[in-house]
Amino acid sequence: MTAHIPKPSLPAPAQTVGVVGWLRKNLFSSWPNTIVTVLCFLLIAYYGYLFLDWALLTADLGGVSSDACTSGGACWTFINVRFPQFIYGFYPENLRWRIDIVYAMFATLIVLLVNERVPFKKWLAIFTLFVFPVIAFYLLYGGAFGLEIVDTHKWGGLMLTLVLSCVGIVASLPIGVVLALGRRSDMPVIRSISTVYIEFWRGVPLITVLFMASVMLPLFMSAGTDTDKLLRALIGITMFQAAYMAEVVRGGLQAIPRGQYEAASALGLNYWKSMSLIILPQALKLMIPGIVNTFIALFKDTSLVLIIGLFDLLALVQSAIIDPDWPNVSTEGYLFVASMFWVFCYSMSKYSQALERKLHTGHRN
Amino acid sequence: MQLESDKVNTSSSAIIELKNVNKWYGEFHVLKDINLTVTKGEIIVICGPSGSGKSTMIRCINRLEEHQSGNIIVNGVPLTNDLKKIDLVRKDVGMVFQHFNLFPHLTVLQNCTLAPIWARKTPQKEADKLAMKYLERVKIPEQANKYPGQLSGGQQQRVAIARSLCMNPQVMLFDEPTSALDPEMVKEVLDVMIELASEGMTMLCVTHEMGFAKSVANRVMFMDAGEIIEENAPHEFFTHPKSERTKLFLSQILQH
Repeated sequence: MTAHIPKPSLPAPAQTVGVVGWLRKNLFSSWPNTIVTVLCFLLIAYYGYLFLDWALLTADLGGVSSDACTSGGACWTFINVRFPQFIYGFYPENLRWRIDIVYAMFATLIVLLVNERVPFKKWLAIFTLFVFPVIAFYLLYGGAFGLEIVDTHKWGGLMLTLVLSCVGIVASLPIGVVLALGRRSDMPVIRSISTVYIEFWRGVPLITVLFMASVMLPLFMSAGTDTDKLLRALIGITMFQAAYMAEVVRGGLQAIPRGQYEAASALGLNYWKSMSLIILPQALKLMIPGIVNTFIALFKDTSLVLIIGLFDLLALVQSAIIDPDWPNVSTEGYLFVASMFWVFCYSMSKYSQALERKLHTGHRN
Repeated sequence: MQLESDKVNTSSSAIIELKNVNKWYGEFHVLKDINLTVTKGEIIVICGPSGSGKSTMIRCINRLEEHQSGNIIVNGVPLTNDLKKIDLVRKDVGMVFQHFNLFPHLTVLQNCTLAPIWARKTPQKEADKLAMKYLERVKIPEQANKYPGQLSGGQQQRVAIARSLCMNPQVMLFDEPTSALDPEMVKEVLDVMIELASEGMTMLCVTHEMGFAKSVANRVMFMDAGEIIEENAPHEFFTHPKSERTKLFLSQILQH
């Protein structure tokens, strides 16, 4: 009997692997393919060059008025000059340091929370969720610690967009979870209340909700009880998004096998313990894409507050574009808004992907 | 103890008593007048064709399923809709499932310590020690920090057994514990169960492992169509089955 000698593994032919292999397989596999590849490349290069030329090479950045925009390219001077207004809204200039502090704290907390290696994550999260909003409220609104009150009708721009979306995101998730649990409850009253709530709020457009909140609601309230317009918008957005969130969460809950509920019950864990320790941690992990999807939609939907007279980032830029002192700057303005929104939304999306990878524990593959 | 008032008198050694238990799934009558008394330390194997109600019966014992009439008394506590009593019963009864039902987002050790910590308020350190003791007993202490998804089926089922034992149950229910396993892993799980039996644990096992039944069971029961057709000591059960239905069933599972 002869012993079996395994054959050595040889390297793959050079033309099938690496960059060359990829190019041959995907872009130049046949004559028609090669022609299409070359044509597309030329098109991209041509329009790419036109855009770059307009946006960078012949663009203007300096100066303080539209007179500085002479080169024929993009007039970034407009953005440059109006930038503080886009970021701070109509907030009094001498008090803008308060917003700066909030921005800085927010950015620092986010960076710390996202970073894997930072210790005391739990306390940091508690601080971000419960202490930071209080600090941010007093800094932005004032009215305590000797800080001057800045009325919410002076809030605007990016700051308003962030306030609306952060509050909406943070408040709608827990409400959504409770509603989803309610809709799956065995108790008929709780189930019907949750179902009716969800179906009602999902059935009306956000614009209607905002109109109701700003126009109709004051009519029903006795004179003198004037709640803040921003507060009403916030409540409207939160209620609306909570209904969407509830359905995303319910989808996640349904994906958890019955055996998990049974194992938890058999071990003597009660409803709330098995939900919070076993079902929700697994369900939320499955729901990350759906939840972030809702977050992103919410972030962009905040622009709708324009119709009740709140000036978020988009509304401010739009009103600046029609300023007669700045003719022909709409492209620059919209590009700026689009890229601002894109940066925030893309970051959320990227973070959610990282989170999914981190939480993956090797099951369900 | 205040809980004593919840308990009712039963014959001193009986730990589980089912009296005329009936259960329906909608219109379907799954359990028909089940009577069963299990004494402390007894090992009972329940077999029968699928759909015969054997799993449903043991799932009624820890109230994963609700019975509609009759009485179930576990360790002196009658099972009703009263959540406190259900809780009390579940503290005494551990369960091992066909599909393990480990918590995939927690490590093996966390799987074992979760219930002691949250349902029993055991301090973390003590719970860890307890969990390691039982993981050693099911012979996988070295896997403690892995996730269930990284373990083989047999290992997962042994973890599930350890997880139940961490709650110090008086009774263990096994619902087809080896049916979802690859053949070469059945033995490692049965070995653990045999060891548990030799230590005096009261066990109710729904299983078709006839070797296990022959070697450790005190009683073997055969169920069909929601009824207990026959029960006997294992030797008698296998050599002289009384009913035709049992004979047929045994011939079908023992033939090959």
